[in-house]
Amino acid sequence: MRYTVPEFEVERNLQRCISCGACVRQCSYGVHYFDDDGKTVLADESKCVACHRCATICPTHAIKIKAFEMAYKTHFNWTPQAQQEILKQAETGGVLLSGMSNNKPYPIYWDKILLNASQVTNPSIDPLREPMEIRTFLGRKPKKLTFSADGSLATRLEPQVQLETPIMFSAMSFGSISINAQKSLAMAAKELGTLFNTGEGGLHPALRDFRDYAVVQVASGRFGVHKAYLEGSRFIEIKIGQGAKPGIGGHLPGEKVTVEVSNARMIPEGSDAISPAPHHDIYSIEDLRQLIWSLKEATQYKKPVAVKIAAVHNCSAIVSGVARAGADIIVMDGFRGGTGAAPTRIRDNVGIPIELALAAVDQRLRDESIRNTVSLVAAGSFRNSADVVKAIALGADAVYVASAPLIAMGCHMCQQCHTGKCNWGIATQRPELVKRLNPEIMSQRVVNLIGAWNHEIKEMLGGMGLNSLDSLRGNRLMLRGIGLNDRELEILGIAHAGQ
Amino acid sequence: MTLMAGKRSFRDLNAEIRAALETENCVRVENVNGQRYMGAGLSKGKRLEIYGTPGNDMAAYLDGGALEVFGNGQEAIGNTMGGGSVTVHGHVGDTLGYAMRDGEIFVEKRAGSRAGIHMKEFEAMQPVVVIGGIVGAFLGEYMAGGTLIVLGLENEYDQPVVGAHCATGMHGGRIFIRGAFPTENVSEHISVLEPNEKDRADLERHVRVYCERFGKDFDAIMREPFHKLVPTTSRPYANLYTPN
Repeated sequence: MRYTVPEFEVERNLQRCISCGACVRQCSYGVHYFDDDGKTVLADESKCVACHRCATICPTHAIKIKAFEMAYKTHFNWTPQAQQEILKQAETGGVLLSGMSNNKPYPIYWDKILLNASQVTNPSIDPLREPMEIRTFLGRKPKKLTFSADGSLATRLEPQVQLETPIMFSAMSFGSISINAQKSLAMAAKELGTLFNTGEGGLHPALRDFRDYAVVQVASGRFGVHKAYLEGSRFIEIKIGQGAKPGIGGHLPGEKVTVEVSNARMIPEGSDAISPAPHHDIYSIEDLRQLIWSLKEATQYKKPVAVKIAAVHNCSAIVSGVARAGADIIVMDGFRGGTGAAPTRIRDNVGIPIELALAAVDQRLRDESIRNTVSLVAAGSFRNSADVVKAIALGADAVYVASAPLIAMGCHMCQQCHTGKCNWGIATQRPELVKRLNPEIMSQRVVNLIGAWNHEIKEMLGGMGLNSLDSLRGNRLMLRGIGLNDRELEILGIAHAGQ
Repeated sequence: MTLMAGKRSFRDLNAEIRAALETENCVRVENVNGQRYMGAGLSKGKRLEIYGTPGNDMAAYLDGGALEVFGNGQEAIGNTMGGGSVTVHGHVGDTLGYAMRDGEIFVEKRAGSRAGIHMKEFEAMQPVVVIGGIVGAFLGEYMAGGTLIVLGLENEYDQPVVGAHCATGMHGGRIFIRGAFPTENVSEHISVLEPNEKDRADLERHVRVYCERFGKDFDAIMREPFHKLVPTTSRPYANLYTPN
């Protein structure tokens, strides 16, 4: 006997329901089914995850998903969720596994930071009329430039990556998401002049044409990593940590290692793809340096090498070390970053907000006079263009987004990515679900989204009297805190509103 | 062509080697003093002969090329190697063949810890590592494919042929160990079996190459029995989680 009750209730308006069976056919979780009469649609609510696929496609809007309301004797400590999680573990003995990102009500600092605008002096600029530069270059910048007698540049420049927007798509492997979802991002990246990221899943042959728009990841399991994969990329990213699960590695269960996933990762079909948290050749900054330079050597110094770490308590010291190890780009992923699967306790309790990590790291690198040696990319839940602008003012060169474009493709944040049953065709490898997602249409939706953000970024920049994103980078005078204490303001390096 | 490494930085040396290999198929480098990344990503048809002690990450991402070291190697030889051949006339350090997917590595003498870690196989890509001496801890950790052979030769102080935590997290491939070894060093979820007919044939083939390269007595080596280590499951962590 199970002691758990359903989380959600399916409310079907029988006056509207025409028994068309669309919900029955579409629900991969098996919630909806026909009664023996072949007409009456019933629901097994215990299986519902609130992904809203049925409610969205129902032609008569007959379906509503509601919370399965249960009255409990009031107890602020032993919430229904706390009890339900204990029951799940009592029944299975398993480690709780969740998808997506930290869903606990920790402070969201983006919502406690306000942007500036020009009034009277240094007037604002209208981006509809005037040029506005959001082009972004990532890579190591020289401390100074030297020129030969004939005026030509004598300084050796490290490889740079040119982006037409400060927004890139973060690492999501083929395996954690479907090929159609990854292709949608690749197509959108190409059209937008930005990059997508293979994660640690290798590069699917269908995406070979998009190699110039690919960031390829090298993680501890080294899945799909070979010379052509490295050489075909725009830049290489060493994955040390991930915001959704700092200190935890990747583990793609054998069920998801289909023929195609096995081809891209170059491992046998059906075997677990285990990418543990540590790289077993990295125990120090010096060891990390060795991996960075091995990748530079193997690609003949043509590719910038990035290192991605999770935002954790001592990240400023860590990033300082990573910069000195030779990374050209450092990615920091905050504790609200998403994932295809993470132990719930890790997802919800480990790491720190990207806002604080970014501000602390940018300041530390400036204090040590090495900020120019790396580009900083912030990741870990950017919900809109204002979050992006604030991140850049806090010191980011660019940001990674993943959840937002997935939402653009249909994700409803049901946080069940780990089940592989995604009804929207995103976090699944089942062919009948994958084909629901059309890359032609979905890439356009992502292009629309980021295109709109680009325009909003230009408007906010113009409002501040700036005509280039570079003038905003690390420009914390453009930020004010609201409702923050002195310590928080000190870490963020900003004044309070009214000051 | 012969190049002298001396005390130059790895970046200069490797650039010179790469330039030489544009026109030559075989380059000999002498007086090597720990320069790293030698032969990284070396392509098929190219050969590097190294005299001295090459540094860490030699033959990393090797792409079909061949390296032969007349001396000892250091750490992470053949890191993420995708094909080709490495021969070391001496000892090597830790993490030999990390995540190698194809090709062969022959080490005449001993290897340090974590040899064959994350070693993989994929369809026709079947990597092989043969270590003539004894090995350190964590042999074949997280091993997912390929063949690891440990001969345990020249073990004059009678040390354990394999160190502690052998085959931890192994979920594919096979390890052959010659002679007696401490079974208490083998991790759980690993079966210790007698080699079958195909195993014997593969073993003989690889050991014969080892003997040819290092001038060893094939019959003497093969007189000792071998044991085969394989994982009991390809899904060691299948029942760890509960959906939430």
